[in-house]
Amino acid sequence: MGAIATASGQAALHLAIATLMGAGSHIVASTALYGGSQNLLHYTLSRFGIETTFVKPGDIDGWRAAVRPNTKLFFGETVGNPGLDVLDIPTVSSIAHEAGVPLLVDSTLTSPWLIKPFEHGADLVYHSATKFLSGHGTVVGGIVVDGGSFDWDGPKSAGKFAELTQPYDGFHNMVFTEESTVGAFLLRARREGLRDFGACMSPHTAWLILQGIETLPLRMAQHMRNTEKVVEFLAAQPFVSRVGHPLLDSHPSHALAQKLLPRGAGSVFSFDLKGNREQGKKFIETLKVFSHLANVGDCRSLVIHPASTTHFRMSDDALAGAGISQGTIRLSIGLEDADDLIDDLKRALKAAEKAGA
Amino acid sequence: MHINVNGAAIYAYTGGKAFDAAKPTVVFIHGVLNDHSVWALQSRYMANHRWNVLAIDLPGHCRSGGDAPATVEQGADFIGALLDAAGVQRAALVGHSWGSLIAMEAAARLKDRISHLVLVGTAFPMKVSPALIEASQTDPEKAMRMVNVFSRSTLSAPPSALGPGTWVFGAGMALGRKVLRSNPQVNVFHRGFVACDSYAGGEAAMAALTCPVLFALGSQDQMTAPKAAQGLVKAAQAAGKQVQIAHLPVGHNQMTEAPEETLAAIRDFLAS
Repeated sequence: MGAIATASGQAALHLAIATLMGAGSHIVASTALYGGSQNLLHYTLSRFGIETTFVKPGDIDGWRAAVRPNTKLFFGETVGNPGLDVLDIPTVSSIAHEAGVPLLVDSTLTSPWLIKPFEHGADLVYHSATKFLSGHGTVVGGIVVDGGSFDWDGPKSAGKFAELTQPYDGFHNMVFTEESTVGAFLLRARREGLRDFGACMSPHTAWLILQGIETLPLRMAQHMRNTEKVVEFLAAQPFVSRVGHPLLDSHPSHALAQKLLPRGAGSVFSFDLKGNREQGKKFIETLKVFSHLANVGDCRSLVIHPASTTHFRMSDDALAGAGISQGTIRLSIGLEDADDLIDDLKRALKAAEKAGA
Repeated sequence: MHINVNGAAIYAYTGGKAFDAAKPTVVFIHGVLNDHSVWALQSRYMANHRWNVLAIDLPGHCRSGGDAPATVEQGADFIGALLDAAGVQRAALVGHSWGSLIAMEAAARLKDRISHLVLVGTAFPMKVSPALIEASQTDPEKAMRMVNVFSRSTLSAPPSALGPGTWVFGAGMALGRKVLRSNPQVNVFHRGFVACDSYAGGEAAMAALTCPVLFALGSQDQMTAPKAAQGLVKAAQAAGKQVQIAHLPVGHNQMTEAPEETLAAIRDFLAS
């Protein structure tokens, strides 16, 4: 029913959480999250008295078992990072609603073109607009959206959300659920969190993102066409040991993705080379069309080798613990000609294979 | 606040101010599948400018118990009972759409107890298409979409009612779903439409009024087109009533599509 634009995707996530709870609260979250979200929940929010229990996205009993009397929120990503585990939004949201709490979904990697989480039971959605919404890697921004459906003072949630259902001294003693039957969350978020924390979006950023959204359907369709071709190519390469995309029957979320994401499960995915760190590095250095960048959701194809970049300080054991092998490569497939992308990958695979000889 | 009316707990939003019997009172009455929150700006403003505000959820709607009115006349009876229960001797009535018919009928019955009557997005007769009445019963989601398309002249309303970033179509759909869900016993969508469609007492009610009346009409209103209110306007003028007309350049959701203009029209009229 409405949205608030923020300075970044992380600002959107923080605004959502800070609007709904304070010290002494508890969140149940998926383990398959963007690293920044993991850090926020695991380390930063715990300093402020908000605890999180992490549950594997497909562990349905785990979601239910993690609920505590002080639980205020369920949180997951439409497709998890880095393995593209698809969140079973209908099932997880029904467990959340049974517990009287909303489900917040990060839909950054899917964008509204691939899935509309509200239609499957989510209550709040946020995006890092830095990615597909803006689409060109030129801007940092976020957005948090309220579906307007959650009953903040319903029978099962009674007493849980005093921030919305009790007078707020900081804004004329307003009771937000009385002020607006469907917009209480956004009213409090704007009149407290956005005002006090200040992580608002700049006008120029808003303009760039709005311009990007105008071409979202065209871009997403091409992202998915290219992704299908690249996944098919990589899955047939002997030097590739694993391709982690739900397009493939072998992916654990294949069936769920067919159901919830019929247009595709996104164009950001990882695959494993049968090689060591040096071979992974060689693969990256050989690529010409793919840009070596940590961003995703750009119109240009991007690549990163976690073991030699974002996670290079980690030991091999620690890498394995994080689900990253020495040969794991993450791709964000862009809008170029798919044949050019595949030619580029062919050359790099050959060079990486030779580097291990 | 909740007020016990005929044994049912009736919710009235007071605009954040405690009810004070020494102040003049204005009652806001919503339309079909709406609740008090459609008056967000107008009700809060009036409460902060020397008025008691009772922006009600009609019986059987959202936070109010009781049986949802099946006719305009039942709604009017309820308004009288509400004033009695709240200890209000005299009040202004402001109604939107179906609520405007209830307000008009109540004003006709309550005579001098009503100081002002404001009819926002009104028409008489307030005929509802048979297809829409049927859809409200058989496929409420489809009917809600129809209403939200017909009702609105913009998807990007000014921010002073619901706040910046509000998608008024989505907000309207979300509110409709909540109101419908709030009463598992009765389809208040269908019941409200039937009540509008079957009301025949408009001209008689207008003739019986003893207070001044303001028509606040949306020039782009496709639910209650301005021309559909002309019969009432002429009847009021012919009967020598004090009549004011405010033409608002929007559709049927005057309170959210033109919040400032709707507020100004109500405020100035109530000050007269």
